[in-house]
Amino acid sequence: MKMLNRRDFGLAVTAAILSPVTTARADDMDVHIDNFVFQPAELKIRTGTTVTWTNRDDIPHTVVSVGKFRSKTLDTNDKFSFTFTDAGDYKYFCSLHPHMTGMIKVE
Amino acid sequence: MSGQDHGDDGVSRRKVLECMTWAGTGVLWTVTGGVPRSLGIIDSAEAATAAAPGMTFLQISDSHVGFDKPANPNALGTLEEAVGKINAMPAKPSFMIHTGDITHLSKAAEFDNAERIISQTKLDVHYVPGEHDFIDEEVKLYRERYGRGTKGHGWYSFDAGGVHFVGLVNVVDLNAGGLGNLGAEQLAWLEDDLRGKSKSTPIVLFAHIPLWTVYPQWGWGTEDGGRALEYVKGFGSVTVLNGHIHQVMQKVEGNITFHTARSTAFPQPAPGAAPSPGPMKVEDTKLRSMLGVASINFKQNEQRLAIIDTPLQG
Repeated sequence: MKMLNRRDFGLAVTAAILSPVTTARADDMDVHIDNFVFQPAELKIRTGTTVTWTNRDDIPHTVVSVGKFRSKTLDTNDKFSFTFTDAGDYKYFCSLHPHMTGMIKVE
Repeated sequence: MSGQDHGDDGVSRRKVLECMTWAGTGVLWTVTGGVPRSLGIIDSAEAATAAAPGMTFLQISDSHVGFDKPANPNALGTLEEAVGKINAMPAKPSFMIHTGDITHLSKAAEFDNAERIISQTKLDVHYVPGEHDFIDEEVKLYRERYGRGTKGHGWYSFDAGGVHFVGLVNVVDLNAGGLGNLGAEQLAWLEDDLRGKSKSTPIVLFAHIPLWTVYPQWGWGTEDGGRALEYVKGFGSVTVLNGHIHQVMQKVEGNITFHTARSTAFPQPAPGAAPSPGPMKVEDTKLRSMLGVASINFKQNEQRLAIIDTPLQG
């Protein structure tokens, strides 16, 4: 197994703290859209994880990974979730503001 | 409203800079910045110019009907104010162009409301879409309303007053990490559309996202905009009118004049002046000075079209 860098370790710890308390969806992860930026811009997850994007801007955005997934247009506070069942690198972007890009690495 | 206004208001540095671009045209509107006022000045000071007013058309942009966030809780209301401003102009423009983001979320009711207000100008309106006009599930509402007689995603050309107008679509099929996009099909059509036109024909290109690179970090530019500009290089007079960035910006490069219009809905920050290009909340008393429309005047034998930006207030 690869070494975790410091930030990933932090995320892993966060997931570990949250996980025992709730349900089987314990290792779900969040990406926020603030100021036309996906945060975190890169996320490392295990297969089976569901990632939920929340748009916190006053402008609509989308979450699109070509050939993989495509959200509806997300207005302010709208959410989009996708469960990653296959390992791989998923590059995605906002099809309305294509300078906004992000990456989900599924192991 | 008259020329003495500027003495009282003071003229901001930015306003002076905006005006200076047009100093060469010799039109006296520059100090006040507003159409009604400047026409007044022309009437009194340049009667000869007023006698041959050429053709005037209007540009309206980024009405974002449906937007109700803090930066402007009533975007429909300010659109209505802009229409009131247009209807009060002493000289009726020949027609209007709308450079996109008619609606905020491409909802049918938003398109209907926009139409209800804009039609009160009783002007022909030539539209191009913004990215906000193509986000309904089936991406059909814009095209049903404004796509008739257009090619591809909605591009077209027409002639008016001796000027050749080309409406382009650069908000579709955008690539990750990239900017606005015209695409090969549209570029081929544009090249063909311009073929055989006399080089003395004034050309106006209009599209939503700036065709020139304003600030790529915020996506303010068009990936293949340079290709379109290549096609118009040989023409004596080219004017490029855009919206999208909700502020006035001008640049003159050789025979090409670039200009972006204000929004009627909400202002956006100057490039890099904020963490993001999102709606900028300003003091309520300042909002209307940052919204507005543009009026474009064309006179035979003048290379550059005169562009006058009129704020809703101030």
